[in-house]
Amino acid sequence: MIGKPIATTREATGTPTGRLAVWWVIVSEIVIFGGILGSYIMHRIGHPEWAFEAAHTNTLAGSINTFVLLTSSLFAVLAHSAAEKGDGKKAAKLLYMTCLGGLIFLIVKSLEWSSEIAHGFTITKSTFWSFYYVAAGLHGLHVIAGMVLMLWIASLAKRNEELQRVELIGIYWHFVDLVWIFLFPLLYIAK
Amino acid sequence: MSEVQPSEAEHGHHDDHSQSEHHEQSFASKYLFSLDHKIIAQQYLWTGILMVLIGAFMVFVFRMQLAFPGQHVPGWGIVTQANYNSLVTNHGTIMIFWFAMPVLIASFGNFLIPLMIGCDDMVFPRINRLSYQVFLLSVIVLIASFLVPGGGFGGAWTAYPPLSAKSEYSMTNLGSSLWLIAVALEFVAFLLGGINFITTAMNSRAPGMKFTNIPIVVWMIVIASILFMASVGPLVAGAIMLLFDQQVGTGFFDPDKGGDPVLWQHLFWFFGHPEVYVVLLPAMGIVAEIITVFSRKKLFGYKTVLLTVIATGILSFFVWAHHQFIAGIDPRMANIFTVTTVLISIPIAEMIFLYIATLYGGSITLSVPMLWALAFLAEFLLGGSTGLFLGASGADIYFHDTYFVVAHFHYTFFPIAVIGFFAGFTYWFPKMYGKHLNERLGQIHFWITIIGFNLCFIPLFVLGSAGQHRRIYDYSNFPELATPGLQNLRVIATVGLIMTLVAQVFFFINLIVSFRNGRKASANPWNANTLEWVAPSPPPHGNFAEMPTCYRAPYEYSVPGRDKDYWPQNESS
Amino acid sequence: MADHPPTNYVKIWAILLVLLMISILGPELEIKIITLITAFGIAVVKAYMVAKYFMHIDVERKYVHYLLITGITFMLIFYFGTAPDVMKHEGQRWENIAAKSEVKRVMDLEAKKTQKSETDVHGQSKPHH
Repeated sequence: MIGKPIATTREATGTPTGRLAVWWVIVSEIVIFGGILGSYIMHRIGHPEWAFEAAHTNTLAGSINTFVLLTSSLFAVLAHSAAEKGDGKKAAKLLYMTCLGGLIFLIVKSLEWSSEIAHGFTITKSTFWSFYYVAAGLHGLHVIAGMVLMLWIASLAKRNEELQRVELIGIYWHFVDLVWIFLFPLLYIAK
Repeated sequence: MSEVQPSEAEHGHHDDHSQSEHHEQSFASKYLFSLDHKIIAQQYLWTGILMVLIGAFMVFVFRMQLAFPGQHVPGWGIVTQANYNSLVTNHGTIMIFWFAMPVLIASFGNFLIPLMIGCDDMVFPRINRLSYQVFLLSVIVLIASFLVPGGGFGGAWTAYPPLSAKSEYSMTNLGSSLWLIAVALEFVAFLLGGINFITTAMNSRAPGMKFTNIPIVVWMIVIASILFMASVGPLVAGAIMLLFDQQVGTGFFDPDKGGDPVLWQHLFWFFGHPEVYVVLLPAMGIVAEIITVFSRKKLFGYKTVLLTVIATGILSFFVWAHHQFIAGIDPRMANIFTVTTVLISIPIAEMIFLYIATLYGGSITLSVPMLWALAFLAEFLLGGSTGLFLGASGADIYFHDTYFVVAHFHYTFFPIAVIGFFAGFTYWFPKMYGKHLNERLGQIHFWITIIGFNLCFIPLFVLGSAGQHRRIYDYSNFPELATPGLQNLRVIATVGLIMTLVAQVFFFINLIVSFRNGRKASANPWNANTLEWVAPSPPPHGNFAEMPTCYRAPYEYSVPGRDKDYWPQNESS
Repeated sequence: MADHPPTNYVKIWAILLVLLMISILGPELEIKIITLITAFGIAVVKAYMVAKYFMHIDVERKYVHYLLITGITFMLIFYFGTAPDVMKHEGQRWENIAAKSEVKRVMDLEAKKTQKSETDVHGQSKPHH
């Protein structure tokens, strides 16, 4: 394995390169989710009749998932704390807990969606449902991607390697949590 | 923020490691799976050249159809309506996404940024490699879209629904989706690449290289990457929505299902307009490097150039609906966008004036790169000015969707993508390959290309003003447009195109001749200042024997009192 | 790694949960302004707290703030440039007939349904706008 280039270790802006890159990723993700949520909001305001469809979203499932993600964010930031102190093993454990939160989120969502689809609220039933599945689905894909990266980073952290990446995946995970914080009222509460 | 401190690396010091010792690498790991930014740059470059050949073949076929409707086209056969639409669509898509962006941003960016800021590679070499792999996948998916039943997508590069969303209109459900997926993959590749460019340029500069010592081309590529990252989001969202409309039957853009086709237009052009500046900026950066070296003069107004570029970048987010003036948008929005569109011509014109001021009084050498750079300025000025007619919403009511638009954007895109590419390629060829290109062949290539280009597109301005609409495969159905005079213009345009295409033969001959027998190039054959000319030609793995320090601004040419007319950035005095 | 004062993350988490509860219960009162404040206002507050305490945005250098604000600003530009065409269904000399008829069709359908039966089909709370 080739060693890291000198380029990676320089820090002309005062922010380590990894963290700088993650913030840029966040910016591009803001614009992606902003695009889809903005489009949803425009349509929703213009189509008051979607309220009849929106009445059928499962607020309980949405609330549980919000709780789950907030808690997993807690574990992520505790992992960062542990990594800062140099405790790679603890950081890895906490990252696994975060991942578990993500898994619970996905399971609740699959149950929720299967139930909705069984009741006929499919993606093509109304454009409200199209937005619902696509926006939440895009978010879910980001959750899955985050979990995969997190598992990889945890496996390195366990051996006390690349501990700075614990903070980075944490920032990404908090962003995924943030998107859900906005998705929740938009899809579940605005009835 | 402008202080440069080499940080304590978390995992051991590498500052004294010059060229990384690596055991003998196989061909595959050295060239196919390389982590070296210079090899990745070559991969993007040659993939881009392959794609431009495909795009050029497409335009040859459809221009032959336009000049000689219904006739057999050599190398293709008879061009049907579906063929024509698909050729036009993919010509546009390929030229922008698979030629202009890869060669100007990915290739030159990858090659130049680490060298010009004085470090040994990009910050994230593995993400760099991944970006090329995703890009290559996008190429494969696009080519697959031509081969599936139904053929390639024919809904124009702008892919407006419902034509692009409903298979009964697009006639090629699979082709449309593959096209969309290819474009989406290309976006992902450039997002990954962009993160590398931005982070590397921000963080990995050589000691002493504060913001005002960074060469303009690096600034331009970085700002272009930022523009791309900030604008592509809504289109990614839109592409996902369109894909679902195509494959799953949702109605995001279907008014019958509660959607809105105008939403797609906004999502597309919110990205589409900044995109043209994404490709313009690197070309302008390349030209800046060349004109300073070959006029032996400082760049006139470095800081002003930066400020105008930033102003252009910001303004570019406020002009997008000028592509939609007659699409049924609210006329009050059209008013706002007219004002912003006309405004944006000011910083761009300012930049051109600054370049002209740079040339003024300089000691000009008309080398081949300089010829291309000067041609860029002249042609782009023409193209940009014609944009003003289109930016005024009143005039646009007539001009929209005519060949006037086609001529306008080719007078901007051709200088950006083709002239800009040749300028950069002929300038940095000695650095990339350690040999010189043949000057005579370069001049012949240049002149025939330029003459052919103008011969092709000036008639299109005339045709557009005469009312010829775009995307029609045979004008004989339109009596006012089928007059012999206008048809002659179409033939002249096709002749100009063929001339331009034939000119490229000289380029390829030049490549072969130079790769074989080209004169060996020293490290700094042009006597330039920027750091890439410190490294050997071609630079080895690790770039510099000793990481350079930057002592001054990049354009200190013809400084009074010095015996040499250039002053490299890394020389301490 | 960013240096920041030691934060009690569990305390922040608890506050976030309380806010979550409020944002779920508020809309139950079915007063529009309260729904807006609790559901969306609290979302903004929660987002700010996550950004500040979990992502440590406040100890990042200023330009990171500017980056994020710029991203959000571009989203607002996109929204306000597009909404006049997509959100509204009529304007100066134009009218989105398809969208208007779709809205009317569904509203009429629902009005008929409420006439037919007192509670709605799924036995849930009454449909409201």
